[in-house]
Amino acid sequence: MTRRPTMTATGVEQSQAASLAAQGVSVRFGGLTAIGDVTLGLEREKILGLIGPNGAGKTTLVNCLTGFQRPTEGSILLGGQDTAGWSAERFRHQGVARTFQAGRLFKDLTVVENVEVTGTGMGLGRRQAHHLAMELLAWLGMADKADIVAGTLPYTDERRVGIARALFLGPAFLLLDEPAAGMADAECDELSQIVLDIPKTFTCGVLLIEHNMRMVMGTCDFIHVLDSGRTIAEGTPAEIQRNKKVLAAYLGGEGEKQLEMAEGHH
Amino acid sequence: MINFAQTFIDALSLGSLYALAALGIGLLFGILRLINFAYGDLITLGAYALIIPSTEAVATLFIGGWPWFMVIIAVAVIVVAAALLSDLLVFRHIRRADPATLMIASFAVSFVIQNLILMFYGSRPKSVDLWSNLNYQIAMGGLRIPLLQIVTILATLVLMGGLTLLLKRTALGIQMRAAAEDFRMARYLGVRGNLVIGLAFAISGVLAAVASLLLLSQTGTLSQTLGVPLMLFAFIATVVGGMGSLIGAATGGFAVAFASVFLQAYLPDDLRPFRDSFVFGIVILMLLLRPSGLVPTKALVERV
Repeated sequence: MTRRPTMTATGVEQSQAASLAAQGVSVRFGGLTAIGDVTLGLEREKILGLIGPNGAGKTTLVNCLTGFQRPTEGSILLGGQDTAGWSAERFRHQGVARTFQAGRLFKDLTVVENVEVTGTGMGLGRRQAHHLAMELLAWLGMADKADIVAGTLPYTDERRVGIARALFLGPAFLLLDEPAAGMADAECDELSQIVLDIPKTFTCGVLLIEHNMRMVMGTCDFIHVLDSGRTIAEGTPAEIQRNKKVLAAYLGGEGEKQLEMAEGHH
Repeated sequence: MINFAQTFIDALSLGSLYALAALGIGLLFGILRLINFAYGDLITLGAYALIIPSTEAVATLFIGGWPWFMVIIAVAVIVVAAALLSDLLVFRHIRRADPATLMIASFAVSFVIQNLILMFYGSRPKSVDLWSNLNYQIAMGGLRIPLLQIVTILATLVLMGGLTLLLKRTALGIQMRAAAEDFRMARYLGVRGNLVIGLAFAISGVLAAVASLLLLSQTGTLSQTLGVPLMLFAFIATVVGGMGSLIGAATGGFAVAFASVFLQAYLPDDLRPFRDSFVFGIVILMLLLRPSGLVPTKALVERV
């Protein structure tokens, strides 16, 4: 890792909010309840894992926490302040950034342009945005790929550019939606190290949605488990690994094996 | 050989004009998904701006009589203002509409502009003498090249170069490219939607202004449908080149012009009157073989 990237820039205000929380949040689409009465909180410099089977409502919850989805009930609090009516852009400006499952990079732009566009959008000059973007890419080990067109990147690098774009200008909270999907173990470990370094380097709180248990157990301070839109367990990785409800209801027999493997890994 | 070279330069000059107009159309389509059929009328408007508004048969030059650089600036300002106004009054209110609705709205804008021109200038075509000294022919070897063709090619090169620099090197340009690819994502990352859209309208206005001056110097006659054929060919050029790609739009412009000019030169005499049906036949064939155009964009291919 190279030196710590600059996070602030003159003229751009960054949030100092100490917490991001969902309070009794429900989202219903017609008669279907995607998430029901979920309460969770993120703190700066901590990593919170959000796990659960497919369709558990993890991405819907992240959409709520980042302004992409309005809760049907309940509220999202940033630094204790109610965010009702905020747009996704406002969340980003206030220091809540996210990545997307599909990456959603600008494929015709170069890697560095993908990152710096966030800065110029927030009012930085091109030179400064470019400089800060290069610093960030260097921190992520991607400096040599800065001028490659994003559409030609391998899958794993795409994720890193997504993370770089979200980390630009040091958000208070970073929400990662399945950053390791489709990655091999070695790549996954590399990514785990990056995720582990983020809270300290950026004094930033992280929420990690991930199916890869090795990564979740190896990085998270605390884990929140959803099933069919409801919270079924909360606790430290060690507690979650022993939680019979999680093993039975969510992971099943196959999951138990995975968890044992993850334990053996440490 | 001389004949071929002459035809080649004719095609290059016509292609430049098509490319200019195609870039203006492609730019708006890229960012707004708007196929702007009013674009041809912006070109017409630029040409009419040169004379004093009156319904008399004889045109009296107004802006058209100024020094050439003043003419370019004044016409550009007028066309850009009209383009921005069309956004402010019409397109801004239907930003979230689907592309078909946007296109129908652009037809409406097109009719409004044409009828406004009819109201203020009358329906009779007027002959206008703009920069007739550009018709002077330069003899090179056995070639006779009208100065206007050289000016057209150079003007297009300058504008294309400028546009490329703007899009690749400036903060706003990068934001425009990002917005063209994924507007919602760009908005999320802080790109101001109305700013980049306004800029796209303004740039397309500058391109339309230059195209109108070049076109009028060539034809010398004003009519309220002056820009319509150019718009039509430019639209075909953007489809041939690949919707949403600016390199594609320029490439398509040259491709359509080369097909058209070379068919005109080399088709048997009896078939020449049907040249355009051959051009469009080639276009259809090409689209059957490459449905997403000569230079498809990655973004658009994945979206479909």
